[in-house]
Amino acid sequence: MKRFLGFVKKEFIHIFRDYRTLIILFGLPAVEILIFGFVVRTDINDAGVAILDLSKDETTQKLTDKILSSGFFKKTDDLLNYNDIDRIFKKGHTRAVIVFEEDFGARLIKEGKATVSIIADASEPNVATLVSNYASAIISGFNREMNSTLLSAAPVVMPEVRMYFNPSLKSHFMFVPGVITLIMILICALMTSVTITREKEFGTMEVLLVSPLKPVQIILGKVTPYFLLSFINIITILVLSWFVFGLPVKGSIVLLMLETMLYILMSLTIGIFISTVSKTMQQAIFISAIGLLLPTILLSGFIFPIENMPKIYDYVSSILPPRYFIVIIKNIMIKGTGFMYVWKETLIIALMTVLFMVFSIKKFSLRLQ
Amino acid sequence: MPETVIKVENLVKKFGSFVANDHLTFEVYKGEIFGFLGANGAGKTTALRILSGLLEPTSGKVIVAGFDASKQPEMIKKHIGYMCQRFSLYEDLTVKENIMLYGGIYGMSTTLIKQKTAELLDRLRFGEYGDRLIAGLPLGLRQKLAFAVAVIHEPEIVFLDEPTGGVDPVTRRQFWEMIYETASRGITVFVTTHYMDEAEYCDRVSIMSEGRIVALDTPENLKKQYNAKTIEEVFIRIARPLYGGMGQGAWGMGQRAESGERRE
Repeated sequence: MKRFLGFVKKEFIHIFRDYRTLIILFGLPAVEILIFGFVVRTDINDAGVAILDLSKDETTQKLTDKILSSGFFKKTDDLLNYNDIDRIFKKGHTRAVIVFEEDFGARLIKEGKATVSIIADASEPNVATLVSNYASAIISGFNREMNSTLLSAAPVVMPEVRMYFNPSLKSHFMFVPGVITLIMILICALMTSVTITREKEFGTMEVLLVSPLKPVQIILGKVTPYFLLSFINIITILVLSWFVFGLPVKGSIVLLMLETMLYILMSLTIGIFISTVSKTMQQAIFISAIGLLLPTILLSGFIFPIENMPKIYDYVSSILPPRYFIVIIKNIMIKGTGFMYVWKETLIIALMTVLFMVFSIKKFSLRLQ
Repeated sequence: MPETVIKVENLVKKFGSFVANDHLTFEVYKGEIFGFLGANGAGKTTALRILSGLLEPTSGKVIVAGFDASKQPEMIKKHIGYMCQRFSLYEDLTVKENIMLYGGIYGMSTTLIKQKTAELLDRLRFGEYGDRLIAGLPLGLRQKLAFAVAVIHEPEIVFLDEPTGGVDPVTRRQFWEMIYETASRGITVFVTTHYMDEAEYCDRVSIMSEGRIVALDTPENLKKQYNAKTIEEVFIRIARPLYGGMGQGAWGMGQRAESGERRE
């Protein structure tokens, strides 16, 4: 045990003396959370909107006010005619133009219907979709109010949409769990694989193997510091996302921590596995980055929903552990569900952990033969 | 008859169909400096790894420090020291931290390690370097320190795998003084080297070629036997028929040496 502790202490020294390791370990997660949280957004805030009001009556004024006071839009300009639309889009600050037809208010009262067009700048399709959805929602709301006040038109079926679990459609809800999933697998796997291959490259591994330390002790000694530090990391990320984005953990924190520990453990075993198949640090970094980073971002359901993927990608994604952890962490953090809802995913991750461990031990002892 | 600390009988190590060690038989006595020579790929490193419990022999009997290498490699590991060709201390740890680490790995108590560290730094006149990072030390100092660390736990045998590679002649000289001093304390030194002048310093020398031991005796006897002035001449004379007489087989030899290297 004393042998082992001395070895763990050495690993901590390695980590704390190398500022690059420290940056990757603690800087990266914080930066990623902040970048994903503030920069990459799928919700809209103060999107520029221009108004082309050809009617200029009380109703159009009311609807315009309603759109602008929603907080999602801010007015960039008042347009005079259709020719201005092209010009204002080219200027770039305007995401959409709201066009009220002539005699909007009068028609609404006389004919019971009037047309408002939403013209969105679709050079950025995602933003255009969001903007038009938000605007339509506001207009529908306005419609309902009108119906109840005017009572002139025949009853209409109006859908009332409610976004459950995330009423204001905040993108942090999607990114925080995703970033945790991504960061943990990347850091744990990368760090452990690099630290083990480093010993191989420098020749110190040979000395360790000749020493009375057992291979199991060497591996455990390598991963223990990273396990502890990753755990501290998770807590940092959660606290950060709570204070900065106001994202609380709805479900049991204890359950979340336990699941996270399991996931960290699995990521570490992947790291060990990578180190047994790579000879140099560069190889290890390469495998971790290409083999883990890209699939996790693209295929795990972190950003792009798995349901929308062609079947073949769905199969590929089903061997990626992050796919399951994202489900677990979203369930616990956002829906607040208990273990009963995530046991299947938990079991899969546990099995993967065992699998990688068996592989690594086999590989590790094979190398010695 | 001196006490035997390493006893090897008919040791064979095969990697697939490649025979790295072909029926090696030799003994090493307590407190002697045993030189283990051979061209690259001759099977030295493989033999060294078997002796230090890293590799399992395919067949044959290997007893190191009283333990069987195929049955009790873990026991062997506790009773030997090891210093490999490549530098074996951690560059981002200080001198003292390195000593503390290896002392701890070999199960020494903290007080004993501290006492040994002080002694060692004093003996090597390293006093001022104790709290310096290894990365800042010149190569010669590092190699000497690595050797001192390899015997910090007073092992019965210390294995040195080309310990003086890339070291200047003055440091090599000092290094060999350390080896003598260690051997005089009763620690057996098993050393592989490329420098033939170093072979002259050994009590006995074995020369390996193509997985077999082709000569084993004191440097004086070997020189007499081969009618040579230096061990280098002996080495070349033994090696030459093998290298020269190959003809078309020279390519095959190269390949074999290469595959041996890869497995090492």
